[in-house]
Amino acid sequence: MPNTDKNMHTLSVYVSNKPGVLARVAQVFARRGFNIESLVVSPAIDGHFSRMTISCSGDPEGLDQIIKQVSKLIDVLHCVDHTFDESVVKEMGLIKIAVDSEGRSDALQIAEHFGCKTVDLTPESMIVQIVGDPAKIDAFEQMIAKYRIIELVRTGKVVMSRGQETT
Amino acid sequence: MTSKTMEGGQAIIRCLENEGVEYIFGYSGGAAIPIFDALVTTQTKIKFVLVRHEQGAAHMADGYARATGKPAVVLVTSGPGATNTLTGIMTAHMDSIPMIVLTGQSVSWMLGKDAFQEADIFGITMPVVKHSYLVKHANDIPRIVREAFHIATTGRPGPVLIDIPKDVSAGPCTADLHAEMDLPGYKTDYPVDNETILSIAEALAKSQRPLILAGHGAMISGAGASLRALAEKAQIPVTTTLLGKGVFPETHPLALGMLGMHGTAYANKAVCECDLLLNIGSRFDDRIIGQPARFCKDARIIHIDIDAAEINKMIRPEIVCVADAKTAIDELIKHVPVLETKEWRRHLDGYKARYPLKFKRQGSLKMQHIIDEFYKMTGGHACVATDVGQHQMWAAQFYKNESRHNWLSSGGAGTMGFGLPACIGAAFGRPDDTHICFVGDGGFQMTFFELATAALHKLPIKIVVLNNHYLGMVRQWQQLFYDDRKSGVDLEGNPDFVKLAESFGIKGFNLRRPGDVKRIVKSALDYDDGPCLINCEVEKTDNVFPMVPAGAALEDMLVEPPSTKLEKPTGST
Ligand SMILES: Cc1ncc(C[n+]2csc(CCOP(=O)(O)OP(=O)(O)O)c2C)c(N)n1
Ligand SMILES: [Mg+2]
Repeated sequence: MPNTDKNMHTLSVYVSNKPGVLARVAQVFARRGFNIESLVVSPAIDGHFSRMTISCSGDPEGLDQIIKQVSKLIDVLHCVDHTFDESVVKEMGLIKIAVDSEGRSDALQIAEHFGCKTVDLTPESMIVQIVGDPAKIDAFEQMIAKYRIIELVRTGKVVMSRGQETT
Repeated sequence: MTSKTMEGGQAIIRCLENEGVEYIFGYSGGAAIPIFDALVTTQTKIKFVLVRHEQGAAHMADGYARATGKPAVVLVTSGPGATNTLTGIMTAHMDSIPMIVLTGQSVSWMLGKDAFQEADIFGITMPVVKHSYLVKHANDIPRIVREAFHIATTGRPGPVLIDIPKDVSAGPCTADLHAEMDLPGYKTDYPVDNETILSIAEALAKSQRPLILAGHGAMISGAGASLRALAEKAQIPVTTTLLGKGVFPETHPLALGMLGMHGTAYANKAVCECDLLLNIGSRFDDRIIGQPARFCKDARIIHIDIDAAEINKMIRPEIVCVADAKTAIDELIKHVPVLETKEWRRHLDGYKARYPLKFKRQGSLKMQHIIDEFYKMTGGHACVATDVGQHQMWAAQFYKNESRHNWLSSGGAGTMGFGLPACIGAAFGRPDDTHICFVGDGGFQMTFFELATAALHKLPIKIVVLNNHYLGMVRQWQQLFYDDRKSGVDLEGNPDFVKLAESFGIKGFNLRRPGDVKRIVKSALDYDDGPCLINCEVEKTDNVFPMVPAGAALEDMLVEPPSTKLEKPTGST
């Protein structure tokens, strides 16, 4: 998913699953004035390692330093920039919308168009689950905004390289 | 020894023995008592040095490491004991010094509950360590200590902190003391890329005005002899950074001395005029490059560094080589031809003759005069520690170093209070050598309490207090850039340093007149009953030149005091 905003970056960091590793990684960004926009951390294959997918914003000039400083951390195995490659980028969102019986069928139609699942339904509200690239979730958010959005949670991006390449 | 039950604290001591530790510098306290107890119950041969303040312990360990090349150990208690080491850890981190800091901690089940003397030292120190551990199980101790020494001493060295809760140091450890390391993210092999070496050799062969810049990385790697062989074979002049002093003999005909803010005029001019700069193990610190955009504008730049994160950080070189300095130089020598640099060297010799480092031996007493006398009488072979300020820069200019491990100065951090304890640590590591500490009246008062440590152990150190009654370096900036508005720099109320020394049982000398320099320096060097101190009443308002104002380009160097008012500097400090 080529990125258009040149200040937005997506990094994948493969780390030993040890206490403090997230703090160390986060510190590298904070010290250089980068803002972490989203962060997904989960155990990798055997639980010994973890994968972090970090979306961050900051001056692209400084990104090289960030990648090197992160890579240099003892508990980091590697740090890869996926901003400009063709990796698979996915995100999930849960959106709670205020709809009663009157608007429901229209809302469901929009949701269906975006491939959403309805995961909760009450007389006054519904929760839909959407999975896709971040732009798709943005678009859905816009479309559904004609109803009142009660709350919204997004997981942040996860990234995986295509084909034989590893992330 | 293996799988016999011992206490965690005892396991720590045994593991330190296995690493070849000679000394531990530290200060006791409740949370560290099990480790201190183990110093007794294990009947270890490791010697414990009780300091007077934990910052002193950290700088001593640092000085020991710089002077011996071996990693050093600090042991302190939790909370304030741990936080008192912070400046010392940061200083070591900035200068890539291998150090292991063991901190006692509250018991595990009180962590995060604001227990008495609980400080999150693991979190507090995170930005200033190479790595750190919070030990959760006594059985992890052997692995963690092994990893800590490995990390501290390999690649680009640095401090490693191990925080040990009291229940862990008091709890049973049954693990094998020779544990395997588990560091999948840490690589220490830096294969030298042959293509890169060939392209460096080729660039050198085309160069007419080549210059080598050697930094602390070359020193740490033990590249001195290789560097000399390279410079001599290819006939390339060499300038060194503050921390590179001694990696190349400063009296060598190819030596240009230190470059940068207070470097020699000829080194800085060489940097401005060279057509190729070969940087070996320097991180292009802002003290040496001045304004990055105007640094070495017309030269091809080559950067050899073991730390990939240093590449392209300040300067974008044309050729880069991530490798150990010595290994890279040894490869490079094979391919470098003899270069025709006679004209270039003659040109630089002209600068040496025209802009020598100089001072007046008459009139008021100068710091330079005293430093120069020490240099002459020791033949440049003493182990010299400095503090931070004007005296540090003059020591760098006038005490020429012939070999490595003999120049201990806080470079990256510029930590006042470093000099005396660093000198003490060095003297523990090398008790048979002459140790000189050049220290300002300001910095001396930050850690002078360690005189007690020096006196108790009768260490062979010469403490030279260069007393200008000012925070001289700051006063110099105020004079040059702020219309001489002195603010927060007058050290009125200085004690009588000779009486102070005497109160610790240390021999003291006063030096007030240029005519007495020879005699008193000689007396101090001849004194062999432990430490001695010389209080030198020097000119109060002398300034260090050459000077490149912070943030200015090296071309804008002031060789002499300026006659007009200067703009405020644009650089950070
Ligand atoms: C811990 C610390 N505080 C403040 C400074 C800022 N500083 C740099 S040099 C200097 C003056 C040092 O005075 P002194 O020790 O008397 O040495 P002099 O410059 O007079 O030779 C100061 C205050 C510092 N480097 N370190
Ligand atoms: Mg002073």
